[in-house]
Amino acid sequence: MERRTLLLLCVPIAAGCARLMPEAPADDELLDGPVAGLTGEQHARFIAGDVAFNDEVFTAATGLGPLFVSTSCGSCHAGDGRGHPFTTLTRFGQWDATGNHYLAQGGPQLQHRALPGHAPEQLPAGAPHARLLPPPNTGLGFLEAVPDAALLALADPLDANGDGISGVPNWIALPAYVQPRQGALAQDGRYIGRFGRKGAVYDLLQQTATAYNQDMGIASTFEPVDTWTGGPTDPEVTDGTVGDVVFYLRTLKAPVQRDRDQPAVIAGEQVFHAVGCAKCHVPELHTGPSPIGPLANTTVRPFTDLLLHDMGTALDDGYTEGSALTNEWRTPPLWGLGLSPASQGGGCFLLHDGRATSIEQAIDLHGGEAQASRDAFNQLPATQREDLLRFLESL
Amino acid sequence: MRCVLLPLLCLSAAALAQTDRAGTQADSTAMLTMDAVYGRPFQQLGQGPVALGGYVEANSRYAGTDGISEGLSFQLPRLTLFVTAAVASRIKFLTEVELEEGGREINIEFASIDLGLHHLLNLRGGILMNPIGAFNQDHDGPKWEFTDRPIVATTIIPATWSNVGFGFYGKYAQGPWAWGYEAYITNGFDGSIIDNAQGRTWLPAAKENPERFEESANGMPLFTMKGTLDHHTYGELGLSWMGGVYNRFREDGLPLDKKRRVDVVALDYNATLGAHGPRLTAEHVWALVDVPETYTQQYGTRQRGGFVDVVQPLWQRTVFGWAKARVNVAARLEYADYNAGTFRETGGRIADELHGITAGVGFRPVAGTVIRANYGYVWQRDLLGNPPSRTATFTFGVASYF
Repeated sequence: MERRTLLLLCVPIAAGCARLMPEAPADDELLDGPVAGLTGEQHARFIAGDVAFNDEVFTAATGLGPLFVSTSCGSCHAGDGRGHPFTTLTRFGQWDATGNHYLAQGGPQLQHRALPGHAPEQLPAGAPHARLLPPPNTGLGFLEAVPDAALLALADPLDANGDGISGVPNWIALPAYVQPRQGALAQDGRYIGRFGRKGAVYDLLQQTATAYNQDMGIASTFEPVDTWTGGPTDPEVTDGTVGDVVFYLRTLKAPVQRDRDQPAVIAGEQVFHAVGCAKCHVPELHTGPSPIGPLANTTVRPFTDLLLHDMGTALDDGYTEGSALTNEWRTPPLWGLGLSPASQGGGCFLLHDGRATSIEQAIDLHGGEAQASRDAFNQLPATQREDLLRFLESL
Repeated sequence: MRCVLLPLLCLSAAALAQTDRAGTQADSTAMLTMDAVYGRPFQQLGQGPVALGGYVEANSRYAGTDGISEGLSFQLPRLTLFVTAAVASRIKFLTEVELEEGGREINIEFASIDLGLHHLLNLRGGILMNPIGAFNQDHDGPKWEFTDRPIVATTIIPATWSNVGFGFYGKYAQGPWAWGYEAYITNGFDGSIIDNAQGRTWLPAAKENPERFEESANGMPLFTMKGTLDHHTYGELGLSWMGGVYNRFREDGLPLDKKRRVDVVALDYNATLGAHGPRLTAEHVWALVDVPETYTQQYGTRQRGGFVDVVQPLWQRTVFGWAKARVNVAARLEYADYNAGTFRETGGRIADELHGITAGVGFRPVAGTVIRANYGYVWQRDLLGNPPSRTATFTFGVASYF
């Protein structure tokens, strides 16, 4: 009797095991995860980068700060998504192409947090500055693999076609450790930047090494500077770890669009083109050669041209980087836009500093070259506006 | 879940029910949680003053998070050895040495000399378990129907949290009532509780300091006090506080920072309701930490959490020759909020919290041995409150005194 009872207790437990495990979220509900088609060796490196990016929290003992913005990469990019006002950083000190004039006063980035016993940096009085929300990480490898020539083909600095849109590249000087990619185009020794809110970062190595240094106060052989003293210091992260993080960022998948077959989404995409959004938020880009097979020679839908555009006075913070003007911002990719609340704590913080708390508000803050599209959006019938929003939320 | 746990704790304390607690009418012999370290089964070595004991836990575990599982694994989380000695009349010694994770960590969790001056005044000195909450002092694996320790008792209270120090304890019983107290000063926490690889205020980080049994991190003592009130019918209610300066505020006589405090308050309750009723164990904890305003808000200034365990005997009879074999079913509700506050930038609530539920069944061939199977489900939200990760865990294990 007792034996039978014990056995009976075990049966439902064994039978229910599989059904009681939490299921994986659908692929289109997540921003993180690797691109399809990586080899086993590449998966291992992706995981190493994932651990370094999301799990490694720096402390005073491992080199944090003493002045910093964040303690880990992942804390600014929850779920590899868009940041939150809590993780917003401040850059300051540059107002034109002559460069940053506040480097001796802690520029270009304000480390507004400090280890106990240290005083954080203060923004110098009168310094031009902008608050910048961390962008999502997804699909960055595809954006890096788009050839320079493809971006230049989208540029129209003199608005030759008269559509009011005049995208321009941000021509930047490269740090010594950054090597121009195959087929790179140069202009007076400067190259096309494509990452960062101002497009002032050339590639993911520069982005990673700079973030370690400026965000967390972690020195590397690439950026061997102590952000507290301003002097040289020993590396606090290995080249291998930096390389793993770069590989991780490079091989994060592109966001997967949801509800593509929904009539409202289909209609919304047509409105997106009709009101001119697609002139800057270019739906498709084509990648060139890449040492990582799945990234090479493929078509992606990031909805960006990776170029700078005048966004009007409302978004002109008076601060800039590289050759960009203060009113110019790089077109942010829209892929993953609909998943933003899932990485921003259920809220919605859009535009370069998170000031817009809805997609509609973000559209309404578009000016400059985007003003005509904004006005067209505002004049749309309610159903078409709703369709456009459904489309954007599906991205 | 905290909305559920706190009222449960209060209602439990007021519950009218019968109890089978082992207390007596004598003035100092009622068994309280504070007696847990000496209330274990020991084997006397001949006629000598020394007695030995210990317990071992072994588990198998299958866990998955959001559809990803690392598969099945086996673990030996603890092998603990006790040695006690009656040194002389009213002078006794006990030590507890724990080998964790197959011997990867070896800790002396308890090693104290007790001098009985009066049943209301006993001196204890050595490595002692700070009496904060109940679980920290009463955590032996074979006593529990759950393979995993309560989350709040290991991540907010860093059980087993023991330190070097001295203090007094005593107790008194009259009729159905008993009360006890403990008061100790010990070494305490250090700056790692707000500077650690967890990226959150994490009191267990202080346990990583290998020098904490040699010297205080800052020269300031940690105070721990607990008062306990017990009634044969209504159970045992404990209120405890632990507090002190945690940071290194000076070095070589030079000031580095202001003195920053950590304070932990715990409320615990346990009872057996009725002659055959469920055993109820509950604990709630609040932690306050002085974190510099210029530091990151990842490190919270307030933490809280709790758990309620209910263990119901199903039957007791002879099984496989064991005369009083027993089967219990058990359930645990728990939560931990590691950062109870709001973001300065948005005013929105900081999350960094988890909620869990566990169901279990335990077979006890004898009182000190348990074979147990658990299923637990935990929802954990990050700092921003994004959709929770979900982890389910099946465990099967055995734990036994020896």
